[in-house]
Amino acid sequence: MLVFTLASVSLVFVIGIGLYYRSIPILNKLSWFDLLTKSAWKPMKGLFGFYPFIMGTLWVTAIAIIIALPLSIFTSLYLVEYAHAKIKRVLIPFVNLLSGIPPVIYGVWGVLFIVPLIQEHIAPHFIEFSTGYSVLAGGIVLAVMIFPLIVSIITEVLTTIPQDLKDASLSIGATKWETIKKVIIRKATPGIIAATVLAISRAFGETIAVLMVCGNNAVVPHSVFDTGYPLPALIANNYGEMMSIPLYDSALMFAALLLFIIILLFNIISRVILARLERNLTT
Amino acid sequence: MIKRKIEELFFKVLMILATIIVTGSFFLIVGTIFSKGVPYMNLDMITKIPGGGFYIGKEGGVLNAIIGSLYIAGGATILGLIISIPVAIYINMYIDGKKFKSNLIRLAFDVLFGIPSIVYGAFGFLIMVYFGIRASLLGGIIAVTLLVIPILVRTLDEVIRTVPGELRDAALSLGATRWEAAKVILRQIRPGIFTAILLSFGRGIGDVASVLFTAGFSDNIPTSLHEPAATLPLAIFFQLGSPVEEVQGRAYASALILTIVVLIITVLAELLIKKFSKHKI
Repeated sequence: MLVFTLASVSLVFVIGIGLYYRSIPILNKLSWFDLLTKSAWKPMKGLFGFYPFIMGTLWVTAIAIIIALPLSIFTSLYLVEYAHAKIKRVLIPFVNLLSGIPPVIYGVWGVLFIVPLIQEHIAPHFIEFSTGYSVLAGGIVLAVMIFPLIVSIITEVLTTIPQDLKDASLSIGATKWETIKKVIIRKATPGIIAATVLAISRAFGETIAVLMVCGNNAVVPHSVFDTGYPLPALIANNYGEMMSIPLYDSALMFAALLLFIIILLFNIISRVILARLERNLTT
Repeated sequence: MIKRKIEELFFKVLMILATIIVTGSFFLIVGTIFSKGVPYMNLDMITKIPGGGFYIGKEGGVLNAIIGSLYIAGGATILGLIISIPVAIYINMYIDGKKFKSNLIRLAFDVLFGIPSIVYGAFGFLIMVYFGIRASLLGGIIAVTLLVIPILVRTLDEVIRTVPGELRDAALSLGATRWEAAKVILRQIRPGIFTAILLSFGRGIGDVASVLFTAGFSDNIPTSLHEPAATLPLAIFFQLGSPVEEVQGRAYASALILTIVVLIITVLAELLIKKFSKHKI
Protein backbone atom coordinates (compact mmCIF):
# COMPACT_ATOMS: atom_id res chain seq x y z
CA MET A 1 0.00 0.00 0.00
CA LEU A 2 2.82 2.33 0.88
CA VAL A 3 4.50 1.51 -2.42
CA PHE A 4 1.37 2.24 -4.44
CA THR A 5 0.78 5.47 -2.56
CA LEU A 6 4.33 6.69 -2.96
CA ALA A 7 4.42 5.62 -6.61
CA SER A 8 1.23 7.43 -7.52
CA VAL A 9 2.09 10.53 -5.51
CA SER A 10 5.53 10.71 -7.07
CA LEU A 11 3.81 10.65 -10.45
CA VAL A 12 3.66 14.43 -10.08
CA PHE A 13 7.46 14.58 -10.03
CA VAL A 14 8.03 11.77 -12.50
CA ILE A 15 5.87 13.48 -15.12
CA GLY A 16 7.71 16.76 -14.60
CA ILE A 17 11.15 15.16 -14.72
CA GLY A 18 10.28 12.97 -17.71
CA LEU A 19 9.01 15.91 -19.73
CA TYR A 20 11.98 18.05 -18.71
CA TYR A 21 14.40 15.31 -19.67
CA ARG A 22 12.89 15.11 -23.14
CA SER A 23 12.96 18.92 -23.48
CA ILE A 24 16.71 19.13 -22.82
CA PRO A 25 17.73 18.89 -26.51
CA ILE A 26 15.75 21.98 -27.40
CA LEU A 27 16.71 23.81 -24.22
CA ASN A 28 20.36 23.24 -25.09
CA LYS A 29 19.89 24.94 -28.40
CA LEU A 30 17.56 27.75 -27.46
CA SER A 31 17.11 29.58 -24.17
CA TRP A 32 13.85 29.68 -22.21
CA PHE A 33 13.59 33.35 -23.05
CA ASP A 34 13.93 32.77 -26.79
CA LEU A 35 11.49 29.89 -26.77
CA LEU A 36 8.85 31.91 -24.95
CA THR A 37 9.17 35.24 -26.75
CA LYS A 38 10.07 34.46 -30.39
CA SER A 39 7.13 34.18 -32.72
CA ALA A 40 8.63 32.36 -35.71
CA TRP A 41 7.44 28.76 -35.83
CA LYS A 42 9.30 26.93 -38.60
CA PRO A 43 10.29 23.48 -37.38
CA MET A 44 11.90 22.64 -40.73
CA LYS A 45 14.39 25.48 -40.24
CA GLY A 46 14.85 24.80 -36.56
CA LEU A 47 12.87 27.87 -35.48
CA PHE A 48 10.69 27.18 -32.48
CA GLY A 49 9.00 30.30 -31.11
CA PHE A 50 6.13 29.56 -28.76
CA TYR A 51 4.88 33.12 -28.46
CA PRO A 52 1.89 32.73 -30.85
CA PHE A 53 0.78 29.58 -29.05
CA ILE A 54 1.09 31.15 -25.63
CA MET A 55 -0.91 34.15 -26.83
CA GLY A 56 -3.48 31.81 -28.41
CA THR A 57 -3.87 30.02 -25.10
CA LEU A 58 -4.16 33.31 -23.19
CA TRP A 59 -6.79 34.74 -25.56
CA VAL A 60 -8.96 31.65 -25.45
CA THR A 61 -8.65 31.32 -21.68
CA ALA A 62 -9.36 35.00 -21.07
CA ILE A 63 -12.48 34.94 -23.25
CA ALA A 64 -13.69 31.79 -21.50
CA ILE A 65 -13.22 33.26 -18.03
CA ILE A 66 -14.81 36.60 -18.96
CA ILE A 67 -17.91 34.75 -20.18
CA ALA A 68 -18.05 32.00 -17.58
CA LEU A 69 -17.21 33.78 -14.35
CA PRO A 70 -20.12 36.26 -14.09
CA LEU A 71 -22.61 33.72 -15.39
CA SER A 72 -21.40 31.08 -12.93
CA ILE A 73 -21.39 33.47 -9.96
CA PHE A 74 -24.94 34.62 -10.72
CA THR A 75 -26.09 31.03 -11.22
CA SER A 76 -24.55 29.91 -7.92
CA LEU A 77 -26.09 32.87 -6.09
CA TYR A 78 -29.48 32.07 -7.54
CA LEU A 79 -29.21 28.38 -6.69
CA VAL A 80 -28.10 28.99 -3.11
CA GLU A 81 -29.91 32.18 -2.12
CA TYR A 82 -33.09 32.31 -4.17
CA ALA A 83 -34.12 29.00 -5.68
CA HIS A 84 -36.64 26.78 -3.95
CA ALA A 85 -35.39 23.40 -2.79
CA LYS A 86 -37.49 21.83 -5.53
CA ILE A 87 -36.00 23.92 -8.34
CA LYS A 88 -32.55 23.28 -6.91
CA ARG A 89 -33.11 19.55 -6.99
CA VAL A 90 -34.05 19.77 -10.66
CA LEU A 91 -31.32 22.16 -11.78
CA ILE A 92 -28.21 20.93 -9.99
CA PRO A 93 -28.20 17.50 -11.68
CA PHE A 94 -28.05 19.25 -15.07
CA VAL A 95 -24.96 21.15 -14.03
CA ASN A 96 -23.41 17.82 -13.01
CA LEU A 97 -24.45 16.21 -16.29
CA LEU A 98 -22.74 19.05 -18.12
CA SER A 99 -19.49 18.18 -16.36
CA GLY A 100 -19.80 14.57 -17.49
CA ILE A 101 -19.94 15.36 -21.21
CA PRO A 102 -16.62 14.43 -22.88
CA PRO A 103 -14.47 17.19 -24.44
CA VAL A 104 -14.85 15.80 -27.95
CA ILE A 105 -18.62 16.21 -27.73
CA TYR A 106 -18.15 19.85 -26.77
CA GLY A 107 -15.92 20.08 -29.82
CA VAL A 108 -18.56 18.62 -32.12
CA TRP A 109 -21.12 21.01 -30.65
CA GLY A 110 -18.71 23.88 -31.22
CA VAL A 111 -18.23 22.94 -34.87
CA LEU A 112 -21.93 22.38 -35.53
CA PHE A 113 -23.43 25.21 -33.49
CA ILE A 114 -21.02 27.88 -32.25
CA VAL A 115 -18.85 28.20 -35.37
CA PRO A 116 -21.80 28.73 -37.76
CA LEU A 117 -23.40 31.06 -35.20
CA ILE A 118 -20.31 33.26 -35.18
CA GLN A 119 -19.87 33.07 -38.93
CA GLU A 120 -23.44 33.99 -39.81
CA HIS A 121 -24.82 36.00 -36.92
CA ILE A 122 -22.10 37.50 -34.77
CA ALA A 123 -19.07 38.26 -36.94
CA PRO A 124 -20.94 40.08 -39.77
CA HIS A 125 -21.87 42.84 -37.32
CA PHE A 126 -18.24 43.60 -36.65
CA ILE A 127 -16.02 42.54 -39.51
CA GLU A 128 -16.22 41.74 -43.23
CA PHE A 129 -15.81 38.01 -43.11
CA SER A 130 -15.02 35.26 -40.66
CA THR A 131 -15.14 31.51 -41.10
CA GLY A 132 -16.31 31.27 -37.52
CA TYR A 133 -13.26 29.27 -36.53
CA SER A 134 -11.80 31.73 -34.07
CA VAL A 135 -10.55 32.31 -30.54
CA LEU A 136 -14.07 33.51 -29.74
CA ALA A 137 -15.50 30.11 -30.69
CA GLY A 138 -12.83 28.43 -28.54
CA GLY A 139 -13.59 30.78 -25.67
CA ILE A 140 -17.34 30.14 -25.79
CA VAL A 141 -16.94 26.35 -25.92
CA LEU A 142 -14.43 26.50 -23.06
CA ALA A 143 -16.72 28.75 -21.04
CA VAL A 144 -19.49 26.15 -21.21
CA MET A 145 -16.99 23.45 -20.25
CA ILE A 146 -15.89 25.28 -17.11
CA PHE A 147 -19.40 26.28 -15.95
CA PRO A 148 -19.86 23.14 -13.86
CA LEU A 149 -16.46 23.46 -12.21
CA ILE A 150 -16.96 27.08 -11.12
CA VAL A 151 -20.63 26.64 -10.19
CA SER A 152 -19.97 23.58 -8.03
CA ILE A 153 -17.12 25.20 -6.09
CA ILE A 154 -18.91 28.53 -5.58
CA THR A 155 -22.20 26.90 -4.51
CA GLU A 156 -20.25 24.89 -1.99
CA VAL A 157 -18.50 27.99 -0.66
CA LEU A 158 -21.80 29.91 -0.52
CA THR A 159 -23.59 27.20 1.46
CA THR A 160 -20.89 27.32 4.12
CA ILE A 161 -21.50 31.02 4.86
CA PRO A 162 -23.25 31.12 8.25
CA GLN A 163 -26.98 31.86 8.15
CA ASP A 164 -26.55 34.21 11.14
CA LEU A 165 -24.51 36.55 9.03
CA LYS A 166 -27.21 36.77 6.38
CA ASP A 167 -29.95 37.11 9.00
CA ALA A 168 -28.11 39.95 10.70
CA SER A 169 -27.89 41.87 7.43
CA LEU A 170 -31.52 41.19 6.51
CA SER A 171 -32.80 42.14 9.96
CA ILE A 172 -31.38 45.64 9.77
CA GLY A 173 -33.37 46.22 6.61
CA ALA A 174 -31.05 45.26 3.81
CA THR A 175 -32.64 43.71 0.74
CA LYS A 176 -31.54 40.30 -0.38
CA TRP A 177 -29.37 41.72 -3.14
CA GLU A 178 -27.77 44.21 -0.74
CA THR A 179 -26.98 41.33 1.59
CA ILE A 180 -25.41 39.43 -1.29
CA LYS A 181 -23.45 42.45 -2.43
CA LYS A 182 -22.16 43.61 0.93
CA VAL A 183 -21.95 40.43 3.01
CA ILE A 184 -22.03 37.24 1.01
CA ILE A 185 -19.75 38.20 -1.86
CA ARG A 186 -17.21 39.64 0.55
CA LYS A 187 -17.21 36.42 2.56
CA ALA A 188 -17.03 34.25 -0.54
CA THR A 189 -14.23 36.11 -2.29
CA PRO A 190 -11.40 33.67 -1.46
CA GLY A 191 -13.57 30.79 -2.68
CA ILE A 192 -14.41 32.65 -5.88
CA ILE A 193 -10.71 33.33 -6.47
CA ALA A 194 -9.84 29.68 -5.91
CA ALA A 195 -12.58 28.60 -8.31
CA THR A 196 -11.33 31.06 -10.92
CA VAL A 197 -7.72 29.92 -10.64
CA LEU A 198 -8.83 26.29 -10.95
CA ALA A 199 -11.00 27.16 -13.95
CA ILE A 200 -8.09 28.98 -15.62
CA SER A 201 -5.88 25.94 -15.24
CA ARG A 202 -8.62 23.70 -16.64
CA ALA A 203 -9.03 26.05 -19.59
CA PHE A 204 -5.28 26.12 -20.20
CA GLY A 205 -5.07 22.39 -20.58
CA GLU A 206 -8.22 21.70 -22.55
CA THR A 207 -7.13 20.31 -25.88
CA ILE A 208 -9.54 18.69 -28.23
CA ALA A 209 -12.61 20.90 -27.96
CA VAL A 210 -10.49 24.01 -28.50
CA LEU A 211 -8.44 22.47 -31.27
CA MET A 212 -11.62 21.68 -33.19
CA VAL A 213 -12.95 25.26 -33.25
CA CYS A 214 -9.98 27.63 -33.05
CA GLY A 215 -8.72 27.47 -36.62
CA ASN A 216 -5.14 26.61 -35.60
CA ASN A 217 -3.01 29.23 -37.31
CA ALA A 218 0.40 29.90 -35.81
CA VAL A 219 -0.07 33.68 -35.65
CA VAL A 220 -0.77 35.93 -32.68
CA PRO A 221 -4.50 36.76 -32.57
CA HIS A 222 -5.42 40.46 -32.54
CA SER A 223 -9.20 40.27 -32.26
CA VAL A 224 -11.72 37.76 -31.01
CA PHE A 225 -12.55 36.81 -34.60
CA ASP A 226 -8.95 35.89 -35.43
CA THR A 227 -7.86 32.29 -35.47
CA GLY A 228 -5.68 31.09 -32.65
CA TYR A 229 -3.49 28.12 -31.92
CA PRO A 230 -3.36 27.21 -28.22
CA LEU A 231 -0.47 25.17 -26.82
CA PRO A 232 -2.34 21.90 -26.16
CA ALA A 233 -3.73 21.97 -29.70
CA LEU A 234 -0.17 22.33 -31.00
CA ILE A 235 0.89 19.18 -29.17
CA ALA A 236 -2.12 17.17 -30.29
CA ASN A 237 -2.01 18.28 -33.91
CA ASN A 238 1.63 17.64 -34.67
CA TYR A 239 2.17 14.35 -33.01
CA GLY A 240 2.13 12.56 -36.34
CA GLU A 241 5.08 14.35 -37.88
CA MET A 242 7.10 15.08 -34.77
CA MET A 243 9.41 12.12 -35.16
CA SER A 244 10.57 12.99 -38.67
CA ILE A 245 11.91 16.50 -38.02
CA PRO A 246 14.90 17.03 -35.70
CA LEU A 247 14.14 18.68 -32.36
CA TYR A 248 10.42 18.72 -33.17
CA ASP A 249 9.54 16.06 -30.61
CA SER A 250 11.68 17.84 -28.05
CA ALA A 251 9.86 21.11 -28.81
CA LEU A 252 6.46 19.46 -28.34
CA MET A 253 7.56 17.88 -25.07
CA PHE A 254 8.73 21.34 -24.02
CA ALA A 255 5.21 22.60 -24.77
CA ALA A 256 3.82 19.82 -22.57
CA LEU A 257 6.31 20.73 -19.84
CA LEU A 258 5.24 24.37 -20.02
CA LEU A 259 1.58 23.41 -19.64
CA PHE A 260 2.43 21.06 -16.83
CA ILE A 261 4.34 23.69 -14.83
CA ILE A 262 1.71 26.40 -15.22
CA ILE A 263 -1.14 24.08 -14.34
CA LEU A 264 0.75 22.58 -11.41
CA LEU A 265 1.30 26.03 -9.90
CA PHE A 266 -2.28 27.17 -10.45
CA ASN A 267 -3.66 23.97 -8.99
CA ILE A 268 -1.52 24.16 -5.89
CA ILE A 269 -2.50 27.80 -5.32
CA SER A 270 -6.23 27.16 -5.60
CA ARG A 271 -6.15 23.95 -3.55
CA VAL A 272 -4.26 25.68 -0.75
CA ILE A 273 -6.83 28.51 -0.71
CA LEU A 274 -9.69 26.00 -0.63
CA ALA A 275 -8.06 23.88 2.08
CA ARG A 276 -7.51 26.96 4.22
CA LEU A 277 -11.17 27.94 3.77
CA GLU A 278 -12.26 24.48 4.85
CA ARG A 279 -10.01 24.60 7.90
CA ASN A 280 -11.33 28.00 8.96
CA LEU A 281 -14.84 26.65 8.88
CA THR A 282 -14.18 23.53 10.90
CA THR A 283 -12.28 25.22 13.69
CA MET B 1 -36.75 52.82 -1.74
CA ILE B 2 -37.98 52.37 -5.29
CA LYS B 3 -34.39 52.39 -6.51
CA ARG B 4 -33.49 49.60 -4.10
CA LYS B 5 -36.48 47.55 -5.19
CA ILE B 6 -35.57 47.99 -8.85
CA GLU B 7 -31.99 47.04 -8.15
CA GLU B 8 -33.17 43.93 -6.33
CA LEU B 9 -35.46 42.96 -9.20
CA PHE B 10 -32.81 43.69 -11.83
CA PHE B 11 -30.25 41.41 -10.25
CA LYS B 12 -32.78 38.69 -9.57
CA VAL B 13 -33.70 38.63 -13.26
CA LEU B 14 -30.01 38.62 -14.14
CA MET B 15 -29.44 35.62 -11.89
CA ILE B 16 -32.36 33.72 -13.36
CA LEU B 17 -31.10 34.47 -16.86
CA ALA B 18 -27.62 33.25 -15.95
CA THR B 19 -29.07 30.06 -14.52
CA ILE B 20 -31.09 29.50 -17.68
CA ILE B 21 -28.00 29.97 -19.84
CA VAL B 22 -25.86 27.61 -17.75
CA THR B 23 -28.39 24.80 -17.49
CA GLY B 24 -29.74 25.51 -20.95
CA SER B 25 -26.34 24.94 -22.52
CA PHE B 26 -26.66 21.31 -21.51
CA PHE B 27 -29.84 20.95 -23.54
CA LEU B 28 -28.32 22.89 -26.41
CA ILE B 29 -25.38 20.48 -26.60
CA VAL B 30 -27.41 17.31 -26.25
CA GLY B 31 -30.02 18.68 -28.66
CA THR B 32 -27.38 19.44 -31.31
CA ILE B 33 -25.79 16.01 -30.98
CA PHE B 34 -29.16 14.23 -31.18
CA SER B 35 -30.51 16.18 -34.13
CA LYS B 36 -27.31 15.54 -36.13
CA GLY B 37 -26.70 12.00 -34.99
CA VAL B 38 -30.13 10.39 -35.10
CA PRO B 39 -30.48 10.48 -38.94
CA TYR B 40 -27.28 8.46 -39.26
CA MET B 41 -28.08 5.93 -36.57
CA ASN B 42 -28.90 2.43 -37.72
CA LEU B 43 -28.20 -1.15 -36.79
CA ASP B 44 -25.13 -1.35 -39.04
CA MET B 45 -23.56 1.49 -37.15
CA ILE B 46 -23.22 -0.50 -33.95
CA THR B 47 -22.74 -3.98 -35.42
CA LYS B 48 -20.25 -3.48 -38.27
CA ILE B 49 -16.73 -2.19 -38.61
CA PRO B 50 -16.11 0.54 -41.20
CA GLY B 51 -15.76 -0.70 -44.77
CA GLY B 52 -13.30 0.46 -47.43
CA GLY B 53 -10.84 2.66 -45.52
CA PHE B 54 -11.90 4.76 -42.59
CA TYR B 55 -11.47 8.15 -44.17
CA ILE B 56 -13.25 7.47 -47.45
CA GLY B 57 -15.16 4.18 -47.09
CA LYS B 58 -18.90 4.69 -47.08
CA GLU B 59 -20.13 1.40 -45.67
CA GLY B 60 -20.26 -0.04 -42.23
CA GLY B 61 -20.34 1.33 -38.73
CA VAL B 62 -18.17 2.04 -35.76
CA LEU B 63 -18.12 -1.29 -33.93
CA ASN B 64 -14.31 -1.16 -33.88
CA ALA B 65 -14.44 2.10 -31.93
CA ILE B 66 -17.14 0.87 -29.54
CA ILE B 67 -15.19 -2.27 -28.66
CA GLY B 68 -11.91 -0.34 -28.48
CA SER B 69 -13.46 2.19 -26.09
CA LEU B 70 -14.82 -0.57 -23.86
CA TYR B 71 -11.43 -2.31 -23.79
CA ILE B 72 -9.50 0.85 -22.97
CA ALA B 73 -11.91 2.39 -20.46
CA GLY B 74 -12.57 -1.01 -18.86
CA GLY B 75 -8.94 -2.06 -18.71
CA ALA B 76 -7.86 1.29 -17.32
CA THR B 77 -10.58 1.26 -14.67
CA ILE B 78 -9.63 -2.24 -13.50
CA LEU B 79 -5.92 -1.40 -13.39
CA GLY B 80 -6.72 1.91 -11.72
CA LEU B 81 -8.83 0.21 -9.03
CA ILE B 82 -6.06 -2.25 -8.21
CA ILE B 83 -3.80 0.73 -7.49
CA SER B 84 -6.34 3.13 -5.99
CA ILE B 85 -8.08 1.00 -3.37
CA PRO B 86 -4.84 0.34 -1.44
CA VAL B 87 -3.91 4.02 -1.74
CA ALA B 88 -7.27 5.21 -0.39
CA ILE B 89 -7.07 2.73 2.48
CA TYR B 90 -3.51 3.74 3.23
CA ILE B 91 -4.41 7.43 3.47
CA ASN B 92 -7.32 6.74 5.82
CA MET B 93 -6.22 3.76 7.90
CA TYR B 94 -2.49 3.79 8.23
CA ILE B 95 -1.42 7.39 8.63
CA ASP B 96 -4.09 8.69 10.96
CA GLY B 97 -2.93 11.15 13.55
CA LYS B 98 -0.55 12.69 11.09
CA LYS B 99 -2.92 15.08 9.42
CA PHE B 100 -0.19 16.98 7.63
CA LYS B 101 1.04 13.89 5.82
CA SER B 102 -2.37 12.71 4.65
CA ASN B 103 -3.31 16.22 3.58
CA LEU B 104 -0.13 16.48 1.56
CA ILE B 105 -0.97 13.22 -0.21
CA ARG B 106 -4.51 14.48 -0.84
CA LEU B 107 -3.08 17.68 -2.29
CA ALA B 108 -0.91 15.61 -4.62
CA PHE B 109 -3.96 13.76 -5.94
CA ASP B 110 -5.94 16.99 -6.30
CA VAL B 111 -3.09 18.33 -8.39
CA LEU B 112 -2.84 15.14 -10.43
CA PHE B 113 -6.59 15.40 -11.03
CA GLY B 114 -6.07 18.87 -12.48
CA ILE B 115 -3.35 17.88 -14.93
CA PRO B 116 -4.80 17.92 -18.44
CA SER B 117 -5.18 14.70 -20.36
CA ILE B 118 -2.86 15.90 -23.13
CA VAL B 119 0.00 15.91 -20.60
CA TYR B 120 -0.92 12.37 -19.55
CA GLY B 121 -0.98 11.48 -23.22
CA ALA B 122 2.48 12.96 -23.78
CA PHE B 123 3.82 11.28 -20.64
CA GLY B 124 2.22 7.95 -21.58
CA PHE B 125 3.92 8.31 -24.94
CA LEU B 126 7.28 8.83 -23.18
CA ILE B 127 6.74 5.65 -21.16
CA MET B 128 5.92 3.76 -24.35
CA VAL B 129 9.04 5.04 -26.10
CA TYR B 130 11.09 4.09 -23.05
CA PHE B 131 9.80 0.53 -23.01
CA GLY B 132 9.60 0.21 -26.76
CA ILE B 133 5.83 -0.20 -26.95
CA ARG B 134 4.17 0.97 -30.15
CA ALA B 135 0.83 2.80 -30.27
CA SER B 136 -1.52 0.04 -29.22
CA LEU B 137 -4.34 -1.04 -26.97
CA LEU B 138 -1.78 -1.49 -24.19
CA GLY B 139 -0.42 2.04 -24.67
CA GLY B 140 -3.94 3.47 -24.54
CA ILE B 141 -4.74 1.55 -21.37
CA ILE B 142 -1.54 2.78 -19.69
CA ALA B 143 -2.25 6.44 -20.50
CA VAL B 144 -5.91 6.25 -19.46
CA THR B 145 -4.97 4.42 -16.24
CA LEU B 146 -2.74 7.35 -15.29
CA LEU B 147 -5.64 9.65 -16.08
CA VAL B 148 -8.22 7.83 -13.93
CA ILE B 149 -6.10 7.04 -10.85
CA PRO B 150 -6.63 10.52 -9.32
CA ILE B 151 -10.38 10.29 -9.97
CA LEU B 152 -10.58 6.88 -8.30
CA VAL B 153 -8.43 7.83 -5.31
CA ARG B 154 -10.31 11.08 -4.69
CA THR B 155 -13.72 9.44 -4.90
CA LEU B 156 -12.76 6.45 -2.75
CA ASP B 157 -11.09 8.70 -0.19
CA GLU B 158 -14.20 10.84 0.04
CA VAL B 159 -16.43 7.79 0.51
CA ILE B 160 -14.18 6.22 3.14
CA ARG B 161 -14.22 9.47 5.08
CA THR B 162 -18.02 9.27 5.34
CA VAL B 163 -17.73 5.99 7.24
CA PRO B 164 -17.95 6.80 10.95
CA GLY B 165 -14.63 6.47 12.77
CA GLU B 166 -16.27 4.35 15.48
CA LEU B 167 -16.64 1.49 13.03
CA ARG B 168 -12.92 1.32 12.53
CA ASP B 169 -12.20 1.86 16.20
CA ALA B 170 -14.63 -0.93 17.14
CA ALA B 171 -12.94 -3.34 14.74
CA LEU B 172 -9.49 -2.38 15.98
CA SER B 173 -10.47 -2.65 19.64
CA LEU B 174 -11.75 -6.17 19.05
CA GLY B 175 -8.22 -7.08 18.10
CA ALA B 176 -8.53 -6.82 14.34
CA THR B 177 -5.43 -5.81 12.43
CA ARG B 178 -5.58 -2.61 10.42
CA TRP B 179 -6.01 -4.64 7.25
CA GLU B 180 -8.93 -6.58 8.74
CA ALA B 181 -10.52 -3.32 9.81
CA ALA B 182 -9.97 -2.01 6.29
CA LYS B 183 -11.90 -4.99 4.93
CA VAL B 184 -14.85 -4.09 7.16
CA ILE B 185 -14.77 -0.58 5.80
CA LEU B 186 -14.47 -1.78 2.21
CA ARG B 187 -17.63 -3.81 2.67
CA GLN B 188 -19.33 -0.73 4.06
CA ILE B 189 -18.46 1.45 1.06
CA ARG B 190 -19.35 -1.00 -1.71
CA PRO B 191 -21.80 1.39 -3.43
CA GLY B 192 -19.12 4.07 -3.21
CA ILE B 193 -16.65 1.84 -5.01
CA PHE B 194 -19.23 1.35 -7.72
CA THR B 195 -19.63 5.13 -8.04
CA ALA B 196 -15.87 5.49 -8.41
CA ILE B 197 -15.86 2.82 -11.11
CA LEU B 198 -18.61 4.62 -13.02
CA LEU B 199 -16.89 8.01 -12.81
CA SER B 200 -13.58 6.55 -13.90
CA PHE B 201 -15.14 4.61 -16.76
CA GLY B 202 -17.07 7.68 -17.88
CA ARG B 203 -13.94 9.81 -17.95
CA GLY B 204 -11.89 7.07 -19.61
CA ILE B 205 -14.37 6.38 -22.37
CA GLY B 206 -14.74 10.04 -23.31
CA ASP B 207 -11.17 11.25 -23.34
CA VAL B 208 -9.30 11.86 -26.59
CA ALA B 209 -6.12 13.71 -25.78
CA SER B 210 -4.67 10.88 -23.70
CA VAL B 211 -5.25 8.18 -26.34
CA LEU B 212 -4.39 10.31 -29.34
CA PHE B 213 -0.68 9.46 -29.11
CA THR B 214 -0.93 6.15 -27.39
CA ALA B 215 -3.72 3.99 -28.81
CA GLY B 216 -3.17 4.52 -32.52
CA PHE B 217 -6.20 4.00 -34.72
CA SER B 218 -7.49 0.98 -36.57
CA ASP B 219 -10.49 -0.09 -38.58
CA ASN B 220 -10.35 -3.51 -37.02
CA ILE B 221 -11.27 -4.79 -33.62
CA PRO B 222 -8.03 -5.38 -31.68
CA THR B 223 -7.39 -9.02 -30.84
CA SER B 224 -4.32 -8.52 -28.70
CA LEU B 225 -2.85 -5.87 -26.42
CA HIS B 226 -0.22 -4.98 -28.98
CA GLU B 227 -2.58 -4.08 -31.80
CA PRO B 228 -3.64 -0.48 -32.35
CA ALA B 229 -7.19 0.29 -31.25
CA ALA B 230 -9.81 2.88 -32.14
CA THR B 231 -12.00 4.58 -29.57
CA LEU B 232 -15.28 6.43 -30.00
CA PRO B 233 -13.81 9.89 -29.31
CA LEU B 234 -10.98 9.19 -31.76
CA ALA B 235 -13.52 8.03 -34.35
CA ILE B 236 -15.40 11.30 -33.89
CA PHE B 237 -12.26 13.41 -34.00
CA PHE B 238 -10.80 11.80 -37.13
CA GLN B 239 -13.98 11.33 -39.15
CA LEU B 240 -15.57 14.72 -38.52
CA GLY B 241 -13.21 16.39 -40.98
CA SER B 242 -13.86 13.94 -43.79
CA PRO B 243 -15.17 15.34 -47.07
CA VAL B 244 -17.36 12.24 -47.56
CA GLU B 245 -20.83 12.72 -46.12
CA GLU B 246 -21.24 9.11 -44.98
CA VAL B 247 -17.97 9.22 -43.07
CA GLN B 248 -18.99 12.47 -41.40
CA GLY B 249 -22.26 10.76 -40.56
CA ARG B 250 -20.30 8.05 -38.79
CA ALA B 251 -18.72 10.77 -36.64
CA TYR B 252 -22.16 12.20 -35.79
CA ALA B 253 -23.51 8.75 -34.95
CA SER B 254 -20.43 8.03 -32.80
CA ALA B 255 -21.00 11.32 -30.99
CA LEU B 256 -24.59 10.29 -30.33
CA ILE B 257 -23.57 6.86 -29.00
CA LEU B 258 -20.85 8.35 -26.80
CA THR B 259 -23.20 11.03 -25.44
CA ILE B 260 -25.87 8.48 -24.55
CA VAL B 261 -23.36 6.15 -22.87
CA VAL B 262 -21.77 8.96 -20.86
CA LEU B 263 -25.15 10.40 -19.83
CA ILE B 264 -26.33 7.01 -18.59
CA ILE B 265 -23.10 6.58 -16.62
CA THR B 266 -23.32 10.05 -15.10
CA VAL B 267 -26.98 9.63 -14.12
CA LEU B 268 -26.25 6.23 -12.54
CA ALA B 269 -23.33 7.69 -10.59
CA GLU B 270 -25.50 10.60 -9.41
CA LEU B 271 -28.24 8.24 -8.23
CA LEU B 272 -25.72 6.07 -6.43
CA ILE B 273 -24.19 9.04 -4.65
CA LYS B 274 -27.64 10.17 -3.58
CA LYS B 275 -28.60 6.73 -2.34
CA PHE B 276 -25.30 6.39 -0.57
CA SER B 277 -25.60 9.66 1.29
CA LYS B 278 -29.11 8.66 2.39
CA HIS B 279 -27.78 5.57 4.14
CA LYS B 280 -25.00 7.55 5.71
CA ILE B 281 -25.23 7.74 9.46
